[in-house]
Amino acid sequence: MTELWALFLSAAFVDNMPLTLFLGLCTFLALSRRPESAIGLGIAMTGVLGVTVPLNWLIYEGLLAPGAWAWAGLPELDLSYLALIAFIGVIAATVQLLEMVLDRFFPTIHAAFGVFLPLLTVQCAILAGSLFMVERAYTLAESAVFGLGSGLGFAIAVGMLGALRTRLAYADLPAGLRGLGIAFVLTGLMSLGFASFAQMAVSP
Amino acid sequence: MPARFDIWTTLTEPLIRQNPVTLQILGICSALAVTTSLATALTMSVSLTVVLTLSAILISLIRRHIPDTIRLIVQIVIVASLVIVIDQVLQAYLSEISRALSIYVGLITTNCLVLGRTEAYARHHAPFPAAVDAFGNGLGYSLIVLVIGGVRELFGRGQLFGWQVLPLTDAGGWFTPLGLMLLAPSAFFLLGGLVWAIRSVQPEQVEAPEHVPPADVRPAE
Repeated sequence: MTELWALFLSAAFVDNMPLTLFLGLCTFLALSRRPESAIGLGIAMTGVLGVTVPLNWLIYEGLLAPGAWAWAGLPELDLSYLALIAFIGVIAATVQLLEMVLDRFFPTIHAAFGVFLPLLTVQCAILAGSLFMVERAYTLAESAVFGLGSGLGFAIAVGMLGALRTRLAYADLPAGLRGLGIAFVLTGLMSLGFASFAQMAVSP
Repeated sequence: MPARFDIWTTLTEPLIRQNPVTLQILGICSALAVTTSLATALTMSVSLTVVLTLSAILISLIRRHIPDTIRLIVQIVIVASLVIVIDQVLQAYLSEISRALSIYVGLITTNCLVLGRTEAYARHHAPFPAAVDAFGNGLGYSLIVLVIGGVRELFGRGQLFGWQVLPLTDAGGWFTPLGLMLLAPSAFFLLGGLVWAIRSVQPEQVEAPEHVPPADVRPAE
């Protein structure tokens, strides 16, 4: 249990997706203009990451990993090079499904962040979650915790940036730095702050 | 489709004026992640430009046959197949660099630059203009990545392409490497500065202020 908690914390803070791993930055910067949209994006990210990483684990271990077809008499079959296409398919399908379910049963939530959901298909942080899961050889429980943790880390970071950018109304910026430029500098400063989490560890 | 297709403008426009990274906010993740050294930056630029150009040509060729509703899935599958090919080539011939790039080659699939250009340009244009546009955008991306990669490697390690340019203090020289340059924050600062520099030269790119302070609300007396 302690190990899972440690993995959760490290996924959320130490290996924060946008701030230390540079993942999902396009939507991170594009949708953080307002705190409301930033928080909507954060919630959607947590949901999609929490679902797709364990789902992709099942597909990878059950169908694609070397030796996964041993029961069918094909112990040498290694389909792991297909992982990329399989993962992106699962992600696109999950996003589509999530959108349909929300639209059908929770129309208010769907209306709140309906626009961001389709965008998540091409979110690099989500695909990266699944690729890291393979690279680091997580178990099923670990991959679920990792997905939720990194989603939460993304939500915290994007919510903070959204709030910071609102406060820029009071700053007299040079014209060239307005908008994208200052967003980069702010992200850099936040990234410096998150670097202090690098030494964080859960005491047993 | 434009009446006259100007190959030179299509090619040079994305270099500075319509740069994918600094103006269109496309492909930033990989632009920052692979720039700790020039060699990885160069590999990434070449791979991305190849994938971008090939996918633009392919998608432009079948653009009349893709149903609108499932076009995203079709485009993603084409891009993902090309990326798998590139990934296998890199692992076979440049295994060291392939390990340094780790998962970022796979992430070309979800690089918004590729999907953004196929969606915005290749889908409506003939193969040749689409290829030129994709190649130009690839060059624009490479330009930014190489500049940032060069600065970070030069000041972080005193090297360029692995060659010692500035003599380090450890080896009896005068240059103390700037460790921060190799960490994540410096990439953000450099890119922010680069955006500022480009917009100082090209004032028409300047954005309007995002938020205005609320009007002075003093309690009425």
